[in-house]
Amino acid sequence: MEKEKKAEVIDSSLKRKYKIEAKEVKVWYGDFMAIKGIDMNIKANSVTAFIGPSGCGKSTFLRLFNRMNDYIDDFRMEGKIFIDDNNINKKKVNVEKLRKEVGMVFQKPNPFPKSIFENVAYGLRIQGIKDKTFLNERVEDSLKQVALWNEVKDDLNKSALALSGGQQQRLCIARTLAVEPSIILMDEPTSALDPLSTAKIEELIFQLKEKYTIVIVTHNMQQASRISNHTAFFYMGELIEYDQTKKIFTHPEKKQTEDYITGRFG
Amino acid sequence: MINIEIYLESLKQAGLEMMELCHKQMLKSKEAFTTHNSDLAEEVIHTENRVNALDLKIDRDCERFIALRTPVAGDLRFVLALRKINFDLERIGDNAYGISRYIAEIDLPIDKKLMDQLRFEEMYDCSLTMMEDITQAYIDDDTKKARKVFKKDKLLNKINSGAFKIICDEVKKEPNLIDQYLLLFSVIKKIERIGDLITNIAEEIIFYHEAEVLKHRKKKKVPK
Repeated sequence: MEKEKKAEVIDSSLKRKYKIEAKEVKVWYGDFMAIKGIDMNIKANSVTAFIGPSGCGKSTFLRLFNRMNDYIDDFRMEGKIFIDDNNINKKKVNVEKLRKEVGMVFQKPNPFPKSIFENVAYGLRIQGIKDKTFLNERVEDSLKQVALWNEVKDDLNKSALALSGGQQQRLCIARTLAVEPSIILMDEPTSALDPLSTAKIEELIFQLKEKYTIVIVTHNMQQASRISNHTAFFYMGELIEYDQTKKIFTHPEKKQTEDYITGRFG
Repeated sequence: MINIEIYLESLKQAGLEMMELCHKQMLKSKEAFTTHNSDLAEEVIHTENRVNALDLKIDRDCERFIALRTPVAGDLRFVLALRKINFDLERIGDNAYGISRYIAEIDLPIDKKLMDQLRFEEMYDCSLTMMEDITQAYIDDDTKKARKVFKKDKLLNKINSGAFKIICDEVKKEPNLIDQYLLLFSVIKKIERIGDLITNIAEEIIFYHEAEVLKHRKKKKVPK
């Protein structure tokens, strides 16, 4: 009798240990070596914070995950980055598809000069989706996820530029979520916001990690310690220490890390 | 020196001041007790106010440091350790005060023979050297020195546990000395408690420097 087949794995990502894997990554801008050989694995459904002084390479490294550096003229890279075991640096990789999978939120809220609805629906529209019911549902769902729905549901046709800074940033996150990415990259998403809006975004990040893998660059040490599961400290293009956040902020292994997080650097 | 280091240095100095003050209180209490010097005992009783005031100051400064500087890593461990060290020191001060209170309240000096029988001075001196060890460990950031007190504390525990039987036997022989024996027994208990508090302080110094938590650990069996 034929042996019973093993149960199929429905979601293969559950079996994968890491969502993102970087192997021996080096980056140059012209002659300047911005990243000097970094290996790093990032777990799924967690928040990973990148910290380090300006110019240490953390934003460059973040932007590698959705190939945002490709636009920079002198940019050159060695090494490999895998997302869900796929090498994203291969030539045949569809970069648009990659960026749908790996969304990004920037330092300054950057809504389009369009209505709130159109901002959130934008990504879906450029994918060619025209089904109104589907668009309505997705916009509502995305705005609910960022806790903006109740504030704007009666005014979806209002210009996004009329929203406050904090609302604009949450709108930008909703725009990212609308195309259903699995990874969200955030480059100092709250540095232009007031403490109340910052708290809302942090709360949101905490909730979003249930569904998404989040990597955030921040200069705010308390923010890194409040919201992240893992923290990576970069310095002069090198990854100095990468560990659980609770370890980094209570008992880091490296003196350089301790000096940086306690404000003694320099 | 950056701002945070000025804060830390001032906190460390306050901790040292508290340690030295409590050490002096212990020293004077011993002197008052062994020589039945009630003036010195009164001095310890009055100085207790200074111990309490310094305790409040350190607590307040630690709270402000946490609120205003949001320390992490070594800085955070230091301020957490200092709060506990301060708490333990204040209790040591209380015990020294308690010993002096006995002197102020009794009329007759304690018989030297009884003290020798109970190894009273040996015990008190041991607790004083323990206090000196942790003060030096605190000043020099030296965990090796801090660890020295664990062994010394064993002597205090041994004398304390032996005291009960000696007192029982002696009271049967000389029931008229029961007051003095009971008084000595209470003081021995206080010194034993001081020893425990000093080992707590040593654990906090180790926690600050090595991020290692020693409290509530099972004690290793000493090989015979």
